[in-house]
Amino acid sequence: MDSTAGKLAIEVRNVKKSFDERLVLKGIDLAVQSGESVVIFGPNGAGKTTLIKILSTIVTPTSGNVVIDGYDIKRQPDKVRQRIGVVSHNTFLYNNLTGYENLDFYRRLYDVPKDRINAVSEMVGMQTRLHDRISNLSRGMQQRFAIARALLANPHIMLLDEPETGLDQQAISLLWNAFRSDNGVKRTLVLISHNLERGLEIADRLIIISRGKVVYQIARHSIDLAGLKEAYQSNTKVTL
Amino acid sequence: MNFWRKTFAITRKDVISEFRSREIIISVLVFVLLVIVIFNFAFGSTEEVMKLTAPGMLWVTFAFAGVLSLNRSFIMEREENCIEGLMVAPVSREIIYAGKMLGSLIFMLVIEVVALPIFAFLFNLDVLTLPLIVTTLLTTIGFVACGTLFSALAVKTKARELVLPILFLPIIVPIIISAVEASALSLSGKSWSEMASWLQIIGAFDVIFLVVSFWVFNFVIEE
Repeated sequence: MDSTAGKLAIEVRNVKKSFDERLVLKGIDLAVQSGESVVIFGPNGAGKTTLIKILSTIVTPTSGNVVIDGYDIKRQPDKVRQRIGVVSHNTFLYNNLTGYENLDFYRRLYDVPKDRINAVSEMVGMQTRLHDRISNLSRGMQQRFAIARALLANPHIMLLDEPETGLDQQAISLLWNAFRSDNGVKRTLVLISHNLERGLEIADRLIIISRGKVVYQIARHSIDLAGLKEAYQSNTKVTL
Repeated sequence: MNFWRKTFAITRKDVISEFRSREIIISVLVFVLLVIVIFNFAFGSTEEVMKLTAPGMLWVTFAFAGVLSLNRSFIMEREENCIEGLMVAPVSREIIYAGKMLGSLIFMLVIEVVALPIFAFLFNLDVLTLPLIVTTLLTTIGFVACGTLFSALAVKTKARELVLPILFLPIIVPIIISAVEASALSLSGKSWSEMASWLQIIGAFDVIFLVVSFWVFNFVIEE
């Protein structure tokens, strides 16, 4: 029995964010249960990445509150950062360093033991390439190390902004196995994607954001692909 | 303790990365050598002229070399958006600043350690004296403390190579002038007491730059 079930992992209340005069998020409300997988869709410029950056503590909201695993992102950002793993289309890895050196660097920042390096590189199937420089690896291999970096501290919550960039099919299934569970405990996932089919495979709940607002959300078991496409088109005015 | 351990982790990463690429050290050292040699030819070799112009030449060289070095410091964090990797890690923004600042300080000191003996040899001046070394060390700390902040600011702009010197050099003028004056007194063999007022100014700027940069850095790297 999962002891975290039923607890709120992420709570977003009336979050607004503006850059200069431009209001990018216009009052987002979102609650994600512990162990739940939420997939967010939306057209370009809808505010998805800004939302993920706020949840990741990279960007501070202009107004509103965000609580992650019981910690307020403004007042206790370090506690929040210890509990989240972030993967985006950028790898956050240093090209001049090897995979091992990159993981060792982040391990020091996260205060985790050295043996986690081998554990996470094994999870992503990169233990034989640990001592290659990042610049000498393919994009997909770099992304695998990026995933290993995000898993170093064994976070309860994964924030994923199109994490499949450059990955082949084998790596994608490896990735989702690694993301889903943490020693049998289901991780909380928030994924941004443009791929509706992939979203349906992963999600417990599907959300559509358009023009800085949540315009649609539904439980996975209540919708199929055709219904999701229709909902996406009607809520975003984007033709698929 | 945790603060320093994480700070040194960032500095260590910068040093390893630079050791691999040698992008900062090589380009800046070539620049420094070129400037010293050109100045040496331009101003002749009479001792009088040398003593008069050497402090200015020294600090012009170090100031521009420093700008070149600081420019690179945050560019490596922008590649693959590594700065966001640091920002999502459980480290305060102050730790990021301190780690980056220490890294830049090490690069600047390495450049100065190589450049000063060459300067002494070509200009036939005794620059390897304690007063000049103290002046150089104090000035470099203030220079890097302020420069790290402006480097983080400039790297977000498109014309980063242009923006850093435009924003940073006017701010750093008082400390450079003080360094030139203190160096001139040191090269003329004056006593510590005669240099004291300039060293105090440099020390005061060091404290101001360190405190303000430490405090403001959070706002600079936030989007």
